[in-house]
Amino acid sequence: MGRRNQQLPPQQEAMTVEAEARFHVLAVDDSLIDRKLIERLLKTSSYQVTTVESGTKALELLGLREDQDTTPSVSLDQHEIEVNLVITDYCMPGMTGYDLLKKIKGSSSLKDIPVVIMSSENVPSRISRCLEGGAEEFFLKPVQLSDMKRLRLHLLKGKTNCKEEQQQQQQQEENNNISNGCSSNKNSNSNKRKAIDEELSPKRTRPRFSNDSLTVV
Amino acid sequence: MAATALKEQLNGLVNSMFAEGLLDEQFQQLQMLQDGSNPGFVAEVVTLFCEDSERILADLTKLMDQAVVDYSKVDAYVHQLKGSSSSVGTQNVKLACIQFRQFCEENNQEGCMRALNVVKHEYYHLRSKFETMLQLENRIQAYETKQQN
Repeated sequence: MGRRNQQLPPQQEAMTVEAEARFHVLAVDDSLIDRKLIERLLKTSSYQVTTVESGTKALELLGLREDQDTTPSVSLDQHEIEVNLVITDYCMPGMTGYDLLKKIKGSSSLKDIPVVIMSSENVPSRISRCLEGGAEEFFLKPVQLSDMKRLRLHLLKGKTNCKEEQQQQQQQEENNNISNGCSSNKNSNSNKRKAIDEELSPKRTRPRFSNDSLTVV
Repeated sequence: MAATALKEQLNGLVNSMFAEGLLDEQFQQLQMLQDGSNPGFVAEVVTLFCEDSERILADLTKLMDQAVVDYSKVDAYVHQLKGSSSSVGTQNVKLACIQFRQFCEENNQEGCMRALNVVKHEYYHLRSKFETMLQLENRIQAYETKQQN
């Protein structure tokens, strides 16, 4: 039975769950307005957010240069951040969202980061291409608050949650069959930097996990 | 209370913009994202949208002025404007952009010229309402800040 590395007293465990619940999302869009919008949507949903204007910048932040397949083993220079999900526009000059998706999925260190693609155009062939390329989901723009709830599903797939180990293990086994999910565990536990949410607003509903399931209460 | 009267005026203005089709439900989404911790969100987005749109319209005017029009460039700009107007909920501008793109696809110069004028017309009409809206918001904010202090 996989246990977390540390056994914390219940209070601390609860706090850690809350801190872990503030996932870090990297949003990529060449449109300034859309970046503003997605940032607000994500922050309203209690995520920590970083926005960038291109796939190239995104890869830089993730620690992967365009000519590399893997991040350098020396960890984290000042530009590198840990990210739990990438949400990217499809239509961008230079590197498209699809190109970015393939880069991420083709990188041994980044491939388990869930990627969501957004587009203003409803083109079925584009959508299936993205999903087949490993995207978790495809959002039609303009993205709305209701879409944010769906992100949590994908985020939870990648992260270990202390309270629900058995359920998590089952999920991990399923993920292993699909996409070699085990390595994500190593990544999330080893050089993890706890995300600090700058916008601590008391009004915001903090995501709470019920005792016996992963669903947000 | 003066602030109440101003708020009524603001609501009236925004409602009329919805009724006229200047704004659609996406604008309501923006309003929903504005709250105590982010009171200036709508104003910020509206301002950005106006700056962005005017930049694009200026570029489009230049492109359409060329002896030989590069329709793929024109289309790229219109696509951008369509995207941002869709994200902000500025319906009439968005619709005008959709029509414009049709003409681009057909490489129809006259159609494009007319479409550009329609987009400009819709945009400037919208902008004057946005200006009033932001002025009202500022005045309301000023009152509310005064009251808090």
